[in-house]
Amino acid sequence: MTTENVKEIVLDIIADVAPDEELDGLNPAESLREQLDLDSMDFLDIVMELRKRHKVEVPSEDYPHLATLNSCVEYLTPKFA
Amino acid sequence: MLKGTWMNKRIVITGIGLTSPIGNNLTEMRKNLIDGKSGIKSTEIRYMGEKPAGLCDFDEFKYQKKKTRRRGTRAGSIAIYCANEAVLDAGLNLEEIDKNKIGVFLGLTEHGNVETEEEIFQMHENDLNYNLWSIHHNPRTVANAPAGEVTLNLGITGPHFTVGAACAGGNMGLIQGIQQIQLGEVDYALCGGVSESPQTFGIFAAFNAQGALGSHDDVTKASRPLCKTRNGIVIAEGGCVYHIESLESAEKRGAKIYAEVIGYAYNSDASDFVLPNAQRQIECMHKAIDRAGITAENIDIVNLHATGTVMGDINEVKAVREVFNNQNTYVNFTKGHIGHSMGAAGALELAGNIPSFEDGFIHPGINVEEIDPECAMDNLVINKAIETNTVNIILNNSFGMLGINSSVIVRKV
Repeated sequence: MTTENVKEIVLDIIADVAPDEELDGLNPAESLREQLDLDSMDFLDIVMELRKRHKVEVPSEDYPHLATLNSCVEYLTPKFA
Repeated sequence: MLKGTWMNKRIVITGIGLTSPIGNNLTEMRKNLIDGKSGIKSTEIRYMGEKPAGLCDFDEFKYQKKKTRRRGTRAGSIAIYCANEAVLDAGLNLEEIDKNKIGVFLGLTEHGNVETEEEIFQMHENDLNYNLWSIHHNPRTVANAPAGEVTLNLGITGPHFTVGAACAGGNMGLIQGIQQIQLGEVDYALCGGVSESPQTFGIFAAFNAQGALGSHDDVTKASRPLCKTRNGIVIAEGGCVYHIESLESAEKRGAKIYAEVIGYAYNSDASDFVLPNAQRQIECMHKAIDRAGITAENIDIVNLHATGTVMGDINEVKAVREVFNNQNTYVNFTKGHIGHSMGAAGALELAGNIPSFEDGFIHPGINVEEIDPECAMDNLVINKAIETNTVNIILNNSFGMLGINSSVIVRKV
């Protein structure tokens, strides 16, 4: 799976978890929490959706890897291999 | 005037927000009640197929963001819609009051079944993997959820909780609001009841197992209290939230006053899990009437709880016949139009009759093709609205399983 595919997967999940947010202008290098109205429950939701939809596990010690869109893609792409 | 001093403040209704299967505001609902329109439709129930139910079509996102709707519950969404409508209707500017002095008190029949059934269904669909169980399950299923969702939505920092009172919940939520103002805990209360029950198959399956799930070839006639051929309850969702305050507060604000609550009472049957007890209902109505400082003859309308079950209707009519053995009091019911909106029923059905103070009409109970002789009584308003000279006082009954009875009396101000 390409990094672009993984990016789309992550954005699809964020769109469902935070349906009021506009994602088009998202800066992939900046913190998701600083750009979007996301709280800790939302990140748990993102982890849950990765597990439910793609059988991808994110252990709690790895949560910091979900800070930005770029770091999400970098961290998750090997898991989709 | 009030007899005695059992209430230290006179409490008035100054705002009404509601959603029902026949309307998303009081004007709409009232018109359909007068016109005898049923809101019952056929809907797909998980595992069971098509069943009659009362569903609401209010705009969930009129006052709520998509994200909080996703995190919350249908009952919470109904409560948020109704509470916002009630605040607007009352003309209360939340930015100008101390938000510690407003509380939210909502009656429920049940809560949490919808979420729990859905999670178990999803777990079965996913090889019983409990690691997929929603992180939102606990905040969604705590019993205070619908009232708590309202406080989150409106930024209310006064007290909130729900009142578990089976199908007396709507009346009991209103009563709780009155008591909180009497206690001085709050100056304003958003109170009433909500129901999300049609979203859970379990309640349909349970009434079906009891032989008490209403049905008819014409789905709009599935709910037919007092009718000889009635065969049970039609489950409905809905909500009604009142904004109440002291008369003094309402007059100071120059608020429109719908009604004054002059009496209420509640008690327990202590006799059966599901079968009602006419004697306890009689005692409940008498207590409310005595507290109001009036007599039964003074009451112009009694709204029956009348759910459409065989024994429930017979018992209640027996009780009402005994208390209202007079020619002045008209009797109607609401569940023929909207089904049984469970925790919302008491509040919603009272609201449906309140406009009679202004328009002078008494809405009918509908779908009585042939009256059950055991449910016959004088002054029953069925199938067609009637116009009277004046309506001054209404008594609203709401009863529930485990033997909980409630009566609320309001009068024109």
